[in-house]
Amino acid sequence: MAIRWSQYRNKGFRDELIGPRGRPWPAADHVARYLRSLKDSEIDERRTAADLAIRAMGVTFTVYNQDGGAIDRAWPFDIIPRIIEKKEWSRIEEGLKQRVQALNLFIDDIYNEQRIIRDGIFPAELLETSTNYRPQCRHISPRFKVWAHICGSDLVRDKDGTLYVLEDNLRVPSGVSYMMENRLVMKRVFPELFEQVSIEPVDNYPSQLYDMLASLSPRPGDSPEIVVLTPGIYNSAYFEHAYLAQQMGAELVQGSDLVVGEGDKVYMRAVEGLRQVDVIYRRVDDLFLDPEAFNPESTLGVPGLMRAWKAGHVALANAPGAGMADDKVVYAFVPKMIRYYLDADPIVDNVPTYLCMNPDERSYVLANLDQLVVKPANESGGYGMLVGPHASVQERAKMARQIRRNPRNYVAQPTLSLSTTPTLVGHGVEPRHVDLRPFILSGKTIQTTTGGLTRVALKKGSLVVNSSQGGGSKDTWIVDAEEK
Amino acid sequence: MLSRVANSVYWIARYLERAENTARIINVNTNLVLDTPKGMSPGWAPLVMITGGQTLFAEHYPELNERNVIRFLLTDATSTVSVLYALAQARENARTVRDVLPREVWEELNNLYQYARDNVQLGLSKRGRYEYVMKVIRGVQQLTGMLAGTMSNNMPYDFMVLGRNLERADMTLRILDVRSASLLPHAGGLRPFENIQWMSVLKSLSAYQMYLQHMGVRVYRQAVLQFLLQDRHFPRAIHHCVLRVETALRELPRHQPILPCVEKIKASIAKADVANLDPQGLHDFIDVQEAMLAEVDKVVGDVYFHPESLPVASQEAA
Repeated sequence: MAIRWSQYRNKGFRDELIGPRGRPWPAADHVARYLRSLKDSEIDERRTAADLAIRAMGVTFTVYNQDGGAIDRAWPFDIIPRIIEKKEWSRIEEGLKQRVQALNLFIDDIYNEQRIIRDGIFPAELLETSTNYRPQCRHISPRFKVWAHICGSDLVRDKDGTLYVLEDNLRVPSGVSYMMENRLVMKRVFPELFEQVSIEPVDNYPSQLYDMLASLSPRPGDSPEIVVLTPGIYNSAYFEHAYLAQQMGAELVQGSDLVVGEGDKVYMRAVEGLRQVDVIYRRVDDLFLDPEAFNPESTLGVPGLMRAWKAGHVALANAPGAGMADDKVVYAFVPKMIRYYLDADPIVDNVPTYLCMNPDERSYVLANLDQLVVKPANESGGYGMLVGPHASVQERAKMARQIRRNPRNYVAQPTLSLSTTPTLVGHGVEPRHVDLRPFILSGKTIQTTTGGLTRVALKKGSLVVNSSQGGGSKDTWIVDAEEK
Repeated sequence: MLSRVANSVYWIARYLERAENTARIINVNTNLVLDTPKGMSPGWAPLVMITGGQTLFAEHYPELNERNVIRFLLTDATSTVSVLYALAQARENARTVRDVLPREVWEELNNLYQYARDNVQLGLSKRGRYEYVMKVIRGVQQLTGMLAGTMSNNMPYDFMVLGRNLERADMTLRILDVRSASLLPHAGGLRPFENIQWMSVLKSLSAYQMYLQHMGVRVYRQAVLQFLLQDRHFPRAIHHCVLRVETALRELPRHQPILPCVEKIKASIAKADVANLDPQGLHDFIDVQEAMLAEVDKVVGDVYFHPESLPVASQEAA
C-alpha cells in the first residue's frame, strides 16, 4: 500500500509514466496499477531480487578514484521501468536513422571531397581546430561510406514533452550491454508483468551487431573472423566489451593479442597459430589504436593497424576519425547536414545550441551563464560541464574565463527541464530525471535498438545521469498501448 | 583460441582446484587433530609444508599454531597459498576471459569468491570453519560440474582439463610426501593411530570410500600408495590425472613437443615398485614426479601461452 500515484509530485517537469493528477499515461497504465498493488514487503522483495541478480551476474562498471586505483562497482539500477509508447518510438527511430545517415555522409565528405565546406555550410576553420579530426584518414572511404557504425545518441525530453537529441557519441559509445542486462534483471524480478504487458524485446542487438560487422569484412566468405578490441579489464566499459564478444561469439582481444604481419594483414596470436582477422570492433580510442600512426607511447594498440586498414585488409568499426563528428560544435550543424545531404527536415530536433566561437552567441552565453548549460566540445561522461542554475558564482566566473580563452571549445544550451520518471526511494516513489541512449547500427542498412538505455540521476534534483557521476539506470520498455 | 585466453583458462582451473584441495586438507586435518590424543597429534605444521608456504608463513606469523595456520591457508588475502587468494585469482582470470566462459559459471564463481571474502570471520571461528570450508569445496565442485555440463568440450575446456589435472596430481603428490614423512613404515607392525592417519590421507583426497571399494577395508601404507599413485580410475590418483592430461593434449593442436613429457610420467608411475619403496625412496620418487609435472607445465606454456614465434594457422582451424 506504499505507492500512491495521487501523491506523486513533480511540479514543472514532464513525467514519463504519470500524467496530470497522478493519472498514468496509457502505455504505463498497467504497470502503475501493478506497482500500486504492492505491499511494502513486496517492494522490498523485488528490490532485493534485483540487487541479488545484479551481484550474481557480475554487472559492474569501473570507476577510477583519485589515487589511480580502479574500483569495480555494482551497477546501480532502479526497478521501475521507463515506458515509451510504441507509436512515439517509431517516429524517434526514423529520426535517429535519418540523423546517423547524415552524420556518416558528412564524415565521408569531410575526409574526401569536402563539398559541405565548399558550399559554405560548414566552416573550414572548425576542422583545423577539431581535436578528433584525423588527417591520417584523408582520402579513405570505408565500405558503404559508413564511418560511425555504432552510434549512441542521447535523447532528453523537455517539459512540453518534446524529445531532443542532446549529443551524438560516435567514438566508442558504451551502455548497450547494460540495456540488455537490465532487461534480464527485470524478467527475473517482474515475470508477471512481462506476461501481461506487450513489451518489445531488446535482445536481438548482438545478432544485429554481428551481421553489421560481418558485412564489413574485406574477405569473401561466410564466417569472417570478427574480434572485439578492448583496452583491458581496467577500462570502465570492460564488462561490456566482454559481454558483446561473448554474445556475438567473437574473440575478445587486447592489442598485444594482435599483430600486423605479412602483406599488412592483421593476425591474432592463437593456440593453433596466427589467425587472420577481418573485422575489428574496436573499443580503444583512435589515438591509442596504432602507435605507428598516432600516440607512439600507446601499449593498447597494434603497430601497423592503420596501414592494414588503409590497405583494405581489415575493417575497423568505428572507423578511425569518425569521432570528428562527436564534437559538440559539429553537433550544432547536424540539422543543416540533414537538409544538405538528405534534403529533408530533421525528424528529431537538436537542443538549441549556442556556439561560443561566434561573437554574438558568445556574448549571449556570457551574459546568461546562470541560465545555460555549458559544455566543452570534446569531453564525454559529463566532465567539464557547467550547469549554470546550479553553479556557484565562482564556478561561473571560472567558466567565463575558460570560454574567453578558448571559445571554439565551448557550446551552451538552455537548461532543459529534463523529464522525470518515478524512482523507488524507500517504500515510495519520487521523481528523478532521466535521459535515453539508443544505439544506432549502420552498415549496408541502418537499425536501432528497441528503446535504449535509460539513465537516471539518482540524487534528488540532480540532472547528471552519467554512471561515473552517481547515475543509475532503468529498463526501458517500448509498449504498444493500442494492442488489446 | 587466443594464447592469452588459453593461459587464463588454464589458470582458472588450476586455482579453483587449488582452492578446493586446500579447503579439503584443512577440513581433514581439523578432524584428524580432534581424533588423535595430545602428544600424538601431527598438529598443523604439515599443512603449511604441503602447500610449500613455510618461508612465507615464517615471514608473517610469529607462531605456528592452529589459528595462524588456518588464517594463513584459508583467509589471508596476501598469502599466495590461501583459499581466498586462489579464489580471487580464479575470479580475476575469469574476468579477463568472461567471453569464453558460460555465463552461469562466471556468476557462480563470482558468488563463491564473494562468499569467501565476506565470511572470513565465519571461516576463522572453530564452529564456523566446517561450514565455510564445505561451502568452498562444494562451490568448486559445482563449478566443475557446471563446466562439464555447459561448456563445449573444445579447446577452452581442454585447457581447463589440463590445468585441473596437473594441479590435482601435484596436490596428491604433496599430500603423500608430507604425510608419509611423518608416517614412516617400520618393522614392528602398525604404530597406534597410524591407520587413522593413512585414513586421513585418503580423506584429504576424498578417496576413502573409493579406496574401500577397490582395495578392501584394511587401510595400510602400501595399498594407499598403490591406490593414489597407480589407480587408473580414481579421479585424484596420479595415474588417472596423467591420463586425463594426455587425452586433453591430444585434442589440442601442436601438442607433439608435450606428449613425450607426459609419456615419461606414465611410464615412471607404471613401473614404480611401490611396495618396496623405503621412506627415502618414496620421497625421491615423489620429487621426480613433481619435477616431471613441472616440466609439462613449462612446455605447455612454451608451446601455447608465450611462444617465441607462431606459424600462420590453416584457415579451417578456426
